Amino acid sequence: MRGWGSVSRGKRPINRLPSGKLGAGPVTASPCACAKMVEEESLRVVRCGGSELNFRRAVFSADSKYVFCVSGDFIKVYSTATEECVHILQGHRNLVTGIQLNPRNHLQLYSCSFDGTIKLWDYIDGILIKTFIVGCKLHALFALACEDSVFVIINKEKPDVFQLVSVKLPKSSSQEIEAKELSFVLDYINQSPKCIAFGNEGEYVAAVRDFYLSVYFFKKKTTSRFTLSSSRNKKHAKNNFTCVACHPKEDCIATGHRDGKIRLWRNFDDEKKYTYTCLHWHHDLVMDLAFSVTEGSSLLSGGRESVLVEWREAAEKNKEFLPRLGATIEHISVSPAGDLFCTSHSDNKMIIIHRNLEASAVIQGLVKDRNIVTGLMIDPRTKALVLNGKPGHLQFYSLQSDKQLYNLDIIQQEYINDYGLIQIELTKAAFGCYGNWLATVEQRQEKETELELQMKLWTYNKKTQGFVLNTKVNMPHEDHITALCFCNAQKSENPTLVTTSKDGHFKVWILTDDSDIYKKAVGWTCDFVGSYHKYQATNCCFSEDGSLLAVSFEEIVTIWDSETWELKCTFCQRAGKIRHLCFGRLTCSKYLLGATENGILCCWNLLSCALEWSAKLNMRVLEPDPNSENIAAISQSSTGSDLFVFRPSEPRPLYIQKNISREEVQWGVFVPRDVPESFTSEAYQWLNRSQFYFLTKSQSLLTFSTQSPEEKLTPTSKQLLAEETLPTTPFYFILGKHRQQQQDDKLNEALEDELVQLPLTENIPAISELLHTPAHVLPSASFLCSMFVNSLLLSKGTKSAEEIPDDVSMEEEKESVDSDEENNFTEQVQDTNNTDLGKDIIHQLSKSEEKELRKFRKVDYSWITAL
Amino acid sequence: MWGRGGERRAPRVASPSAGMGEFKVHRVRFFNYVPSGIRCVAYNNQSNRLAVSRTDGTVEIYNLSANYFQEKFFPGHESRATEALCWANGQRLFSAGLNGEIIEYDLQALNIKYAMDAFGGPIWSMAASPNGSQLLVSKQLLVGCEDGSVKLFQITPDKIQFERNFDRQKSRILSLSWHPAGTHIAAGSIDYISVFDVKSGSAIHKMLVDRQYMGVSKRKCIIWGVAFLSDGTVISVDSAGKVQFWDSATGTLVKNHLIANADVQSIAISDQEDSFVVGTAEGTVFHFQLVSVTSNSSEKRWVRTKPFQHHTHDVRAVAHSPIALISGGTDTHLVIRPLMEKVEVKNYDAALRKITFPHRRLVSCAKKKQLLLFQFAHHLELWRLGSTVATGKNGDTLPLSKNADHLLHLKTKGPENIICSCISPCGSWIAYSTASRFFLYRLNYDHDNINLQRVSKMPAFLRSALQILFSEDSAKLFVASNQGSLHVIRLLEGSFKHLHTFQPQSGTVESMCLLAVSPDGNWLAASGTSAGVHVYNVKQLKLHCTVPAYNFPVTALAIAPNTNNLVIAHSDQQVFEYSIPDKQYTQWSRTIQKQGFHHLWLQRDTPITHISFHPKRPMHILLHDAYMFCIIDKSLPLPNDKTLLYNPLPPTNESDIIRRRTAHAFKISKKYKPLLFMDLLDERTLVAVERPLDDIIAQLPPPIKKKKFGT
Repeated sequence: MRGWGSVSRGKRPINRLPSGKLGAGPVTASPCACAKMVEEESLRVVRCGGSELNFRRAVFSADSKYVFCVSGDFIKVYSTATEECVHILQGHRNLVTGIQLNPRNHLQLYSCSFDGTIKLWDYIDGILIKTFIVGCKLHALFALACEDSVFVIINKEKPDVFQLVSVKLPKSSSQEIEAKELSFVLDYINQSPKCIAFGNEGEYVAAVRDFYLSVYFFKKKTTSRFTLSSSRNKKHAKNNFTCVACHPKEDCIATGHRDGKIRLWRNFDDEKKYTYTCLHWHHDLVMDLAFSVTEGSSLLSGGRESVLVEWREAAEKNKEFLPRLGATIEHISVSPAGDLFCTSHSDNKMIIIHRNLEASAVIQGLVKDRNIVTGLMIDPRTKALVLNGKPGHLQFYSLQSDKQLYNLDIIQQEYINDYGLIQIELTKAAFGCYGNWLATVEQRQEKETELELQMKLWTYNKKTQGFVLNTKVNMPHEDHITALCFCNAQKSENPTLVTTSKDGHFKVWILTDDSDIYKKAVGWTCDFVGSYHKYQATNCCFSEDGSLLAVSFEEIVTIWDSETWELKCTFCQRAGKIRHLCFGRLTCSKYLLGATENGILCCWNLLSCALEWSAKLNMRVLEPDPNSENIAAISQSSTGSDLFVFRPSEPRPLYIQKNISREEVQWGVFVPRDVPESFTSEAYQWLNRSQFYFLTKSQSLLTFSTQSPEEKLTPTSKQLLAEETLPTTPFYFILGKHRQQQQDDKLNEALEDELVQLPLTENIPAISELLHTPAHVLPSASFLCSMFVNSLLLSKGTKSAEEIPDDVSMEEEKESVDSDEENNFTEQVQDTNNTDLGKDIIHQLSKSEEKELRKFRKVDYSWITAL
Repeated sequence: MWGRGGERRAPRVASPSAGMGEFKVHRVRFFNYVPSGIRCVAYNNQSNRLAVSRTDGTVEIYNLSANYFQEKFFPGHESRATEALCWANGQRLFSAGLNGEIIEYDLQALNIKYAMDAFGGPIWSMAASPNGSQLLVSKQLLVGCEDGSVKLFQITPDKIQFERNFDRQKSRILSLSWHPAGTHIAAGSIDYISVFDVKSGSAIHKMLVDRQYMGVSKRKCIIWGVAFLSDGTVISVDSAGKVQFWDSATGTLVKNHLIANADVQSIAISDQEDSFVVGTAEGTVFHFQLVSVTSNSSEKRWVRTKPFQHHTHDVRAVAHSPIALISGGTDTHLVIRPLMEKVEVKNYDAALRKITFPHRRLVSCAKKKQLLLFQFAHHLELWRLGSTVATGKNGDTLPLSKNADHLLHLKTKGPENIICSCISPCGSWIAYSTASRFFLYRLNYDHDNINLQRVSKMPAFLRSALQILFSEDSAKLFVASNQGSLHVIRLLEGSFKHLHTFQPQSGTVESMCLLAVSPDGNWLAASGTSAGVHVYNVKQLKLHCTVPAYNFPVTALAIAPNTNNLVIAHSDQQVFEYSIPDKQYTQWSRTIQKQGFHHLWLQRDTPITHISFHPKRPMHILLHDAYMFCIIDKSLPLPNDKTLLYNPLPPTNESDIIRRRTAHAFKISKKYKPLLFMDLLDERTLVAVERPLDDIIAQLPPPIKKKKFGT
């Protein structure tokens, strides 16, 4: 096609990936660069959440209220009680590699990063206090109470040689301080911070690597080294060290090994008299170890078995288990108070566990454990991103709040983690009929001839707000299913699903009545089987109005009438097998697009049944925007992936962005925006109604944004204030006023009904307030009940109907002002927080609020007693 | 029949090493010898000796200083099962058993000094008063009996004397331990531990033990062992798998370690009281150490450190020497596991030892008739080797044309174990001895039938023997009796005549354990456990000379044909050659002493148990231990530490030059193991008696079943 290769020249320079970063590194441009490009026109590739939560050990705050974890360039602060992310500490320009509480001030947090800085944060307010510039890549950070320096892992000139050095942090009032005073502690250590541990209040440091344990004593300045019999001895080939932990009170070092053993070393100040004992339960390598902080009487260990083991008194026979944690335990951390543990798992999850080994909270990020084969989908109801996550599950991931909403168990079988075991795999999934139906395909192939296929159809249940299995089809095809799609046309009265398979057939499944004497039911049956000259069917696609079905058979595209299932026409370009197929939308619905394996993009006109245009493009992703005519295509070249946005009607692309990612892009999806953006620039208009997300091979989820990173984060920052000022919102007073009101069973029932029919309640401000307030900010349920009762009653009364909107508008005003007044307000209240609330607070109410309260007093509730 | 269990084993054509020449080897695996399980071990710190008692009543003395050589043994007795063994008053060894007797052993004369009934029913435990106590002028011995009594005996210089009973307990006393000061004792019984005051003899505490066994409290909890520490702590091990620490002042439980799912059967504590060892019925030995909690505090704590799994069956007994943990049990192995932190230099002490077979000969061979005599605890077996007519290449297994024959099964009379046995080279005489009787038989071969005829009327002085040897022409019988005298007897057809008795050297009472006679019958060499080797002239019936004494005991003796050189192997793997006619060491022996043996040779841990010679090659010495067979070719240069001791190259595919360059005097074959006996039948035939460990384990009772992960 004319000009696709050269159009991008002459445009504004595009932000490239910062060089020298690995795939795990972030893709955001550096903040200083952003500052110069404040105008919205600059379109950048940004990482949109979903980064690893399990990269390093989590750290608890001193009061166990918060847990911190590194996440890409950021540090996330989660509430341990509610699992909510309360802060994102950002400021590092590269991957954050270590965090540690400031041992001399428990309200501060140190962090280190590949960008060569150590930063000190106030995590309560989310403020960066200081930046220490070290200059070289920092791989891990350790802080000790007794010294004014911290320990970091750096690597020397050689790529694989790491050193533990102490960095003296100079005392200075300035924001950015150079910290260049490094003193060497240990050489040839392992890069991972799990392989370094400080013991007995910093008297010694233990480091493990390969087959040896070295202990450096700071006072004596001596190193003891203990070597295990090495790999040359075949019998003990798997006893390399994997991790180390030091007893908080005693001279005892625990080390984990690849063969699953845990060794407890004692007397290690003498290289001859040292002794150790073995604990062996794990059958695979020990991933991490931690001593309980208070007494050190118990040792926690975890590994691939996904079982947290607590060894009490370090005795082999005295152990407790917390099994079924879902995925490999990568890290274990213990809160300074000793009441909570936190395990990080390979499926990007953190579990907060009570001292008595009961999991209390789960913080789940985007699961990145396995290959994404289902592709990216959008759940039409929740607008959540849907892709396969845990083995056998579909995960629903909220892009807005960067957390997993829920997992849908598709395969519904116990997952056995064993090397070499052939698992059932979820290969395809599709949503249909506005999210009412979900089709999934799972397969398991142990030998060439033994294929197990299963197709499941799930219906959305409004009552339970989830998908329920409706139909299970065993062996829907003789061979692998290559594609499935629903007919999403508005007019179609009964849902239709088409599957294509390598066995040369495509099948049309329709929903039919499946009622019997016991119950009314619907089910899916096969309605039509089509084939074309025994070619393998590779793709299928419905036109927007559902009248036409396009099925590609290797190199040939066939068009079928969806009413009669007649073959209408065929297109054949003889340019290789069809890899992607899609119809144009809206004004471009007369076009059919197909991308072939050897890099040709074809556009056929369905009216003239002729090739409209074609272009040479090595296509990886071809994704139509559901809200516009635009189609996004991502091509792969040797230098990286390029994005093209075009309309089928025009052979020239609307927008080109070269080199959006260095690695291969596997999947892309358009997500409709809740509020349309209004980009004035013509080039970015394609982003007005939908946002485009794509997933690279290393599973980083990326998108396009024009906002600077600071702007993006304001909504979450606001939530923090809410937590501190919680007791004094006007909303709280409204609730507090009526908490003595009795509850009524009948009202409760009414409440339940309301909850199910969510759209009805949307116009009630109290409820929307309730639903929009983060859960961890909400007062207790007993307050909320009466609040609900009231709000429901008031909405029916004529009097209060005026007042409530008033109240809300006032609130909104206040929030939007975001002025000194609010700050003052919170400070005042904080003073009195500890004393008896009630009266004191009422004195401090602003005039308008008092007015509101007076109005409420006038409301007559006497009718309740009559009920 | 060749092999065991009907498995046909043929003689092999094998040349064990380059330059050895080719031999036909009879691989004999039908010697069904099973050692009996170890019941008690007792370590003596003063002499660095270890006493081991087995379930058949045998007591063995190992010299730990002399490369763990088993230098003495006392034969077992059917009714005398030992339950307790202890050293007292320095070098005196006592045992007690279920027949209710306390026995003292005479370590010089190698017999039982006396046996005394304690009158308390079967004795389960015994403990001698500690060395360091100043309170007690004379030594005392405690025994715990079936009837619940603890009896105190006074040890007098030549006997023991009952002194008094302590407060009688309800059930049997299974374990006893003295407080190091000698003021208190702890006694383990069933379900409780009693603490006695020695002065008053009354129980001051009764500490009840939790019966719980893996959550089930039905079974009684047996206290298998107790140990009293000088700070008043009592450590107990019991049948519920617990190791418990008690405060004897208050009688309370201090700490509890659950270490096994089965019984913990034994405990031994080091003299410094900084470490102890326990053995469990699962075959695991656990080491506990007293370690300081932090490097700068004085607080110390008992910590379970390394587990050792060297046993398959119950570990019935453990001992703690200053440098090693010693354990023994039902699986018949004696395991000596050195503590690396206590070993200063790398020598014998730094290696793990597993002693399974006795360090003495149980097999004798009649070369001319191709007969093998196997000695068991209570019977003898006589076998005739099979034969083959086939020939083959080196390494081939040849088919048998005639299977091995079990000719004779000779059971002893009485409850005593056989001490020693021998068959004459002509095959027509068999002699054996128990602790109280000597037996001599005449065999008459009538084609396949054997006529056994006992030679009656043995002289009164010939009551028991430690070693029996026939001369090469089978005309003379040499008997080393346990009074230290050597008897020479002439054998006639169906009768005998006592020729002479060599009396022991004046002043020594040491018994001779090893004998060797020269093939021409002129010389007799005899050796005891410590003194030198005496060489007697048989013709003139007088002492010829004495080879100077060496630090380490003699493990094997032989006199070479023609040259009459006496070859002596010691437990430190040194080999000496002494010319009897010249009364001095030979030149070769001096050379090898000057140059020293190869370091790998000196590191071998099983003693050389047999030496023989090749009739046609006077320069060759054939010797073997349990894991190798070696031909020393005196004509070749000696190996130095840089050369390979064990020549790995097969002799066929190397050029003469390499062979000549690498050739040295020691030709070693490790093909046959464990090797109980190996000798030359004729110039071209060897017989090797092997006893695979798997066959022994197969005959033991099944071990405790343990769930093993992944099975």
